[in-house]
Amino acid sequence: MSAPAPASTSAAPGRPASPLALFIAFSLLALQGFGGVLAVAQRELVDRRGWLSRLEFVELYALAQLLPGPNVVNLSLMIGDRYFGLRGALAAISGMLLAPLLVVLALAASYQQLAQYPAVAGALRGMGAVAAGLILAMALKMLGTLRGNVLGPALCTALGLATLTAIAVFRVPLAWVVIGLGLSGWSLARWRIALRDAATARTKDVPHTTPPAPPAGRDPGTPG
Amino acid sequence: MMNTLPASELLELFLRFLTLSLLSIGGAMSTAPEMHRYLVVERGWLGEADFTTAIALAQAAPGPNVLFVPVLGFQVAGLAGAAAALLGILLPSTLLSLGVSRWGATRRETPLVRAFTAGLAPVTVGLTFAAGWLLALPFIGDPTHRAGALGLIALTALVTLNTRLAPMWMIAVGAAAGALGLV
Repeated sequence: MSAPAPASTSAAPGRPASPLALFIAFSLLALQGFGGVLAVAQRELVDRRGWLSRLEFVELYALAQLLPGPNVVNLSLMIGDRYFGLRGALAAISGMLLAPLLVVLALAASYQQLAQYPAVAGALRGMGAVAAGLILAMALKMLGTLRGNVLGPALCTALGLATLTAIAVFRVPLAWVVIGLGLSGWSLARWRIALRDAATARTKDVPHTTPPAPPAGRDPGTPG
Repeated sequence: MMNTLPASELLELFLRFLTLSLLSIGGAMSTAPEMHRYLVVERGWLGEADFTTAIALAQAAPGPNVLFVPVLGFQVAGLAGAAAALLGILLPSTLLSLGVSRWGATRRETPLVRAFTAGLAPVTVGLTFAAGWLLALPFIGDPTHRAGALGLIALTALVTLNTRLAPMWMIAVGAAAGALGLV
């Protein structure tokens, strides 16, 4: 609506060449995902490889989050399925899980020895701080995708802040937040879409009652 | 540390995690309290420290956070336990997600699905800010390394927003700074 840069929000420029390319890409991004894979996935799939636009990423992630199961696993499944069907879904999920699983089991098996070294504990802290920075940067980037949202800036801000406070301050269980605020957002968006469609229908039905000015920009009522 | 379980109990673990899978809305971590109740309190297969260690290891290692689940299974019953736990927690949710995402993809332009993606977007952004805040919180609370850690967090965010550098290099810098005691 408010004409943001279309190249960055609508269609993604690239796509994976094969299920193997998916597997490799998801393995690489999963192995970089210290303290969570989401930020790295956004970085690799949207910013670097261009397989998804920012908006597509947020939409898929919103769905992945509302469904049961690990969010990034659901996300990889959806992306893989979208390009290569079931084969792609399996390639993406195995990429996401296989290499990190081997690493974490090796760590679990050798944990007792490693824990003695203070440098190891320090390195883990440093990696944790970087993980926090990656997530915060990702959240800042996601803000831009709300610009064209049908809810409008006030409702978007209210829902976003309510989510942030519920999780970070009041520590409400995630499932309640996602169900409660998610359903609120869904209902509000249905209401706004209905309002908008009704307004569009009105302008289409009575086009000849005193046109006040030539239509600026595009005409929403054009059938086609 | 590595135990084994008879096949019948392994199957029970698998079935219990199958049911937990469909409850794990918002991520596998949301079922951690229930897993704790089952593995530590109800069955006594793990001690408190084992449980915490599994979560800490999965957080520290690369990859999805759900990998704390196979680590729990590994602590209970070795590799067979890891496989039972991971397959259990993933199978139902994965099949459901595949079905729902295919259903939604063919109805992308209907008002219901459009309202869903539009209405969920601000919640998703809020959740992401919350995740960043919760990850940063332990560093803010620790006065000895606060300046270094906050500097590293800010530097990472700036580099991410303004360059196309792969996260791997930032993580390597973080690990080095931490190993040297700067963070």
